[in-house]
Order: sequence, then C-alpha cells, then structure tokens
Amino acid sequence: MSTASVATTSSGYLLVLAVMWPVIGILLSFVVSGRQIERLAWIVLPVGLVIAGATLIAVTQAGQSQIYVVGNWAPPLGIALRADGISVAMMMATAIVICVTGVFAHGEFSQPPGGPEERAPVVFWVLLFAIWSALNALVLGSDLFNLYVALELLTFAAVPLVCLKGKKETVEAALRYMLFALIGSVLYLLGAAMIYGAYGTLDIRLLSERGHAEPATLIAASLMTIGLLAKTALVPLHLWLPPAHAGAPAPGSAMLSALVVKGSFFVIIRIWFDAMPDLLSFRAAQLLGALGAAAILLGSVLALRQQRLKLLIAYSTIAQIGYLFFVFPLAAGLATGVAWSGIAWTASWLQLFSHAFAKAAMFMAAGLIAEALGHDRIAELGGIGRKLPITMLAFALSGLSLVGVPPSGGFSAKWLLLLATVMEGQWWWAVVIVLGGLLAGGYIFMVLGRLLASPTEVPALQAPVSRWRECAALSLAICAVLLGIWPLQSSDFLFIGR
Amino acid sequence: MNSATLFGFCSAAIVGLGLFGLIVSPHPLRRILAFNLLGSGVFLFFGVVARRGAAAGLGADPVPQALVITGIVVAFSATALAVALVLRLFALTDEAAPTSEADPKAGAEGGHS
Amino acid sequence: MALVFDIGIVSLLIAIGAWMIMARDTLVAVIIFVVYGLLMSIAWVRLSAVDVALTEAAIGSGITGMLLLSAAARLRQTEGAGARPSFPVCVAAGSLCALISAGLAGVVLLPADVAPTLAPLAVANLADTGLENPVAGVLFAYRALDTLLEKVVLLLALLGVWSLGSDRAWGGAPALGAYVPPNDILVFFAQVLPPIGIVFAAYMTWTGASHPGGAFQGGTVLAVMWLLVMMAGVARAPPISSTKVRWLLVAGPALFLAVGFLGFVIAAGFLAYPVDYAKALIVLIEIALALSIGVTLALLAAGPPERTLQP
Repeated sequence: MSTASVATTSSGYLLVLAVMWPVIGILLSFVVSGRQIERLAWIVLPVGLVIAGATLIAVTQAGQSQIYVVGNWAPPLGIALRADGISVAMMMATAIVICVTGVFAHGEFSQPPGGPEERAPVVFWVLLFAIWSALNALVLGSDLFNLYVALELLTFAAVPLVCLKGKKETVEAALRYMLFALIGSVLYLLGAAMIYGAYGTLDIRLLSERGHAEPATLIAASLMTIGLLAKTALVPLHLWLPPAHAGAPAPGSAMLSALVVKGSFFVIIRIWFDAMPDLLSFRAAQLLGALGAAAILLGSVLALRQQRLKLLIAYSTIAQIGYLFFVFPLAAGLATGVAWSGIAWTASWLQLFSHAFAKAAMFMAAGLIAEALGHDRIAELGGIGRKLPITMLAFALSGLSLVGVPPSGGFSAKWLLLLATVMEGQWWWAVVIVLGGLLAGGYIFMVLGRLLASPTEVPALQAPVSRWRECAALSLAICAVLLGIWPLQSSDFLFIGR
Repeated sequence: MNSATLFGFCSAAIVGLGLFGLIVSPHPLRRILAFNLLGSGVFLFFGVVARRGAAAGLGADPVPQALVITGIVVAFSATALAVALVLRLFALTDEAAPTSEADPKAGAEGGHS
Repeated sequence: MALVFDIGIVSLLIAIGAWMIMARDTLVAVIIFVVYGLLMSIAWVRLSAVDVALTEAAIGSGITGMLLLSAAARLRQTEGAGARPSFPVCVAAGSLCALISAGLAGVVLLPADVAPTLAPLAVANLADTGLENPVAGVLFAYRALDTLLEKVVLLLALLGVWSLGSDRAWGGAPALGAYVPPNDILVFFAQVLPPIGIVFAAYMTWTGASHPGGAFQGGTVLAVMWLLVMMAGVARAPPISSTKVRWLLVAGPALFLAVGFLGFVIAAGFLAYPVDYAKALIVLIEIALALSIGVTLALLAAGPPERTLQP
C-alpha cells in the first residue's frame, strides 16, 4: 500500500521531545502549587531551548530531514513527525522568542510571596508552555489531521491569553478571535476530509506522490487555505487581530504577533509547497500575492492612523504578514528548480524570522512604555525615550528592521524579495514592497519622534521599569538586526528536505 | 443513489445552513449553535468518506471514524470555552451599565484590576 | 426500504437544522439542537459508525446540550441584543451558502472509482494491539499522538474557562447549582441515576477494546452524571484549587504520556506498546482517561469559579 517506506532516523527522538517536553510542563503545572509553576518554567525553558538547538544541529549535520514514526506505525495508517530545514529554523526562532518572553514575563507574572495562588500567573505560564508545544507540533507534523489538532492546541492557548487582563474589551476581542479561529478550523477540517476521501491518506509525503491537480483537490486545498488565512489574519480576514493583539498583556502580545499567526502560515506553506506542489497555479499564486499586497498597504495605512501605540504595532503586524505571501508568486518555481525561486524562499523565511524577533521586541518595549506612563497614547509619549534609553533602543532597532533599513533582517528580506521580483519579471510586487517600506517608515518615525521629543514637561514615571526586562526586549531587537548580517550562504539549510 | 451519497448531500446542506447561521445570527450564543451545526455537517462528510471506504469486513473505514470522535471532543471544548467567553462578556456588560433588572449574581462576581 | 428510512432521516435533519437557525427564541433553538443531535446519532448508526453514534449522543447532543441550555437560560434577558442583518444581506449570505452547499454536493458526486480506505490495513495490524475494535485501534495505537494531544487540548480549554473567572474567585468553585431553581424531579434523578450511570460508564470503557464504546463515551457518561448531581445541588461543585480534582484531571493524560515514553524502553518507541502487554496497557490508559475525561468535561460545562472559597 505505502509506496515509500518511512523509517525513524537516528535523531528522530528529538522531535518527540520537542513536542512533549512542554506538555510535561503543562501537566505538572496542574498539580504543583502556584509558586512552583514559575520555577518549573526555569527548567522547561532552557531544556526546551537545548532540544531545539540539538534538533537544528542534527538536521543540518545530516543534511536531510529527521523523521520519527510515532508508535512505529508508518503512514498512511500511523503518523510521522518530520523535521526539515524550515521546521528546525522555526523551532529555533520559537525557542528563542519563548525563552526571552519567559524572562520578560518574570515579575509581571510571578506569584506574590505569601499570598494565595493568583489567577493570571498560573494561566500565563501554562499558556506559554502550550503555545510552545503547539508550535513545535505544527512545524514537525506531517499529517493533515495531526496538524489540525496542533492548530486547535494553538488556538486554545492563544485565546485565553488575549483576555488575561479580564477587561471587557479584551473579552470581546477574545470572543471575536475565537469565532474566526473556529470557522477557520472547521473549513480546514472539511478540506482534510475531502483529501482523505480522494487519496485515502493525510500524510503530506504520501499526498505529494499521490496527489493530482484535479478540481476536488483544488476545492479541498482552497477550503483549508481560507480557514488558515482566517487564523493568520491575512486581509480581508484580519478584523480580529488588532484588538486581540493589542489587548493581551505585553508578553502575550509578543508571542501572539511574533509566533502564533506564523503557525497557521506555516501550515499553508506545507499544503502548497509540500503536500500538493503541482496545485500552485499561476493564478492561485497571484491571488495570494495580491491579498498580501493588500495587507501591506491597508495595514500600513491603518497603522499610520492609530492613536494608541499597541494598536499601531498590531496593525503593523497585519502589514508585515502580507510580505510573507509573496512567497507564493515569487517562489512558485521552487519545486521545479527555478533558481531565483530559491532567493524568494530564503527572503520569505528571513522576513518571517526577523519580523518575529522585531515584533516581539517592539511589543515588549511598548509594554514597558505603557507600564511606565500608565497609558500608551502616542500623542502623549513626549520624550519618554530619554528616560528609558534601553527600551527606546529596542523599539528603534526593531522598527528599523520592520522598515527595512540596513543592516537588519528586515532589510535583507525585503532586498532579496525585490531582487526576486526583478528576476521573476513581476515588477508589480516591487512597487508594493517599496511603498510598504515607506509607509512603515512613516509610522515608525512618527513614534520615534514622539519618544525622542524634548518635552515641555518631563513625564513622570508611574512605575519603575526593571532593567533586565528592558534588556530582554533589546536582545530580541538585536537578534532581528543580526539576521541582517548573517551570511546568506549559511541559509542553505532552509532547503533541507526539499 | 445509495445512502452514502444521500448523507453526503445532507452534510452539504447542513454545512451551508451552519455557515448561514454563523453569518446572520446576531447573538453570540446563536453563533456558537451555528458553529456546532456546521461542525456536525463536516463530521457527517467524514462519515460519508468512512462509509464509502467499507472494506475488510468492516461497515466503514475506522480511520475517519476515529478522526470524527477526536473532532467531536475538540468541538465540545471549543463550545465550552466560547460559551464561557460569552457569559463573561455579558456579565461584564451588566457591571458596566447596571440596570434595575440586572442579575444580582452577575454583579457579585466582582470586577477586575 | 432502507433508503426510504434514510431519506426520512436526512430530510428531518435538514429541516430541524433549518428550524434551529431560524427559531426566534435561543432556548428553543438549543432544545432543537439536542433533538438534532439524537437524530444525528441515528444517522451515524446508518453509516455503520456505532462508536461515533455513541460519542455524538453523549457529547454532541448530551453534554453540549446541557452546557448550552444553562447558558441560554442565564442569558434570557440579553435575547434582544443585536439585530439580524437586513434582508438583502441575508439574501446575499443565503446565496453564498447555497453556492457552497452546491459545490460540496458536487464533490460528493465525484467519488473516486475505487473509494480509498485504510480499513484493510487497520484490520491487518489490529492483532498487534490486542484490541478487537478497530476504531479503538486507531485512537489508541495507530494515531495515539492525536488522541494524546487532544487530551492536552481539553485541559487547555478547561484552563481557558477557569481563566474567565474574576481574580478574586480563583481557587473557588463554579456556582453551578446557583442558577438552577430548586427542582424535586432533578434531585430525584440526581439521586437515582448516578449509580446506574457509573456502572454503565465502567462497562462502556471496558467494552471499548472489543466493541463500540471506550474512554470518550464512558467518560462523558460520568461527566453527565456528575453534572446532574452538581446542578441538582445534591453535591456541590468542588473548588478548582482542590488537589484531588487537579490530580484527577491530569491522571489520564499523564499515564498516557508515561506509557508513551515507556515505549522507548520496552517497545519500538514513543507510544508503541509491547505486543504481549498492548491490550492490558491500553485498557489501563482507557480507564484513567475515562476518569480524567469525565472530570474535565463536567468542569468545562460547570464554568469558571465564581464564589471565593469559604474557609
């Protein structure tokens, strides 16, 4: 029945650990008392980081995908976990952002000594573990239904994070997010059912061998994609994102904007580049690219019009997600070995990771500013940057990466994308990329100007700002910059397994 | 027409009904109901796939059946979380604008920092 | 004859589904939903999927119905909130959905010449799991990873529900009984049914290895019984900080995960079972899972903590 036998590779066990290690943290969190959950995190986070690093090394050294056949039941009957180049890159970026978020959240989500267990800290740490496990399951899963379960895990971890503060507006935002995510899941599941009905397997590898570009498959893939777009918040399905990402506490916003929306994007990539590479027609690719272009323009224009800092950053996420969808028109030739498709492929992942680092840093900086001032109204930021220089630097560096100023990950990504548009002869995307950069420059410098303004009266700090929380934000901003001076030759590992 | 095809049409109709309910229902609780209807239509589609895969002495392919069982449990969790969100939202709305007929219990739940 | 019966069920399902969407009153719509769920489980029997039929009746209709009924009852006075969209919008939405239905019906009419199936593979490997029910084989052996992760989803949903209580109520108990008016009939059922239900749940869990049934269905029956007892006020809901409750919640998933890791040592790897002990291990996992699922589902339906714990 199965055409190619799949076997567990020597380092395959790492994939199981990557998914299950945070699950152990979740289970233990239920039975240890509140104060110990954060201590538990100090074990879960570094070990998880080591697991991600070990997987990255194992895959790059082997030069091929690492596979784990769960329960030794080979697909199509069983489920396999598979780590290729993009999986390990995502795992590593996830691990870094999660660990820094953990450091940043210390203090904000620590149980007060002596008192009874408190709500927010318990919930926060469990959700952090759950987001990690779900993302690892998403990037390692190679079975469409297994990915569905992972997507649900991610949704159930993300929604309560939105309304952790318990305010009415955040509950409203969480409910709207939940409904969007649920419709997305159902559409995805319907598509998966059609795929199983047509091919008798949900395994991505087997589908790439068995799949044909026929109408029913196209309908199935479209349904799954629409469902996933709702979770990724691509225009026009973006309405839920700004209130949700702006309403969460700062470490939550960081994870939601940096990581959670990328999880469903990753599954879209799996469908079109791995499961059914024949299906990506010119028109489908142009449509996805056009939606991305609309997202860049609309998100940036709306960001310019915001009066609240966190909302501005959330609208910027909508715009930056748009760039990711240029991978469809520009890297469509990847399967057939078109040379410049590789450039667009590298550029898109660079964009994803640099945005992850920059946006997490920016939300953290915004959170610190809001904490210090007691509000986040942009017009009244007046010179707070002079009081919080490290936070200010974190905001500035991550902002430059979002705009695409060299040297930064964002610059390299956008530069390579421009190069790909020229080589591909699809100049229309270049116009949008340049315009998007200018608009991003507009909203970033608008905020920077306010932060640096010499105020008529120096704003009083409402609360002291912890130095190491500032450093946590700065470290992620530096990661975003470092991606820009990363030698591009060494990004070959993004092609492992394809 | 065999009965699997018949149930296939049924699932198509129910998916359409559920989507319609999700779009036009004003009350969030009704949207949750519509989501459950939509979900059951999708599960039924899996059921049709399973029935068509009857082989090896089984009346239906066991794999899609197991997927549906998992799906039903996940759909219930989603419903429970969504209902809790709706109840919380209305409790907070009552608090924000207390009316004479507001449920006293909702007020007693306490506010937030 | 059978086809006539099926046509009857299908027409009823569609009609009741439409009625549910159109009904003015939310409480009425929920009651229709429960009836719809029971009809749907008959449909599952007609599709030779008895395991799913049991799950649909217990979860899809039973406990979801209880949850939605109590929510609808609590939200009665918000009934008027929001207005239906204008007629043209409804027509546009209706046309769009009709189009989607038509497309889906088209896909139904386009089956492959030979419908693909994993039934032969599932049956051929069943001996290695020691089970006789192939659906249980898929859930606990072939696709055990899905089942394990889905247990984590359940726990996470519960934490999400708990997180919606107020800060002061954390650690307290759900105020389930407080919303139900005193009701002798409910109390009577809450005293008579649980013993029967528990026996039934135990049987369902036990028999799942070889016949339709299993941890999900058994656990749900347990959950419904416990909810009944809590709603009638026969026993109070426990505080969410209770150590016993916390252990019961994680016992099933933790045992499942532990056996999974044990597979590295005693079997062919993660979530693999040694052939000789496969059935015993799976039944053990199912029993622990049934307990955990029962507690989780009941608490999910019970809602967030509302009272602060009385010392």
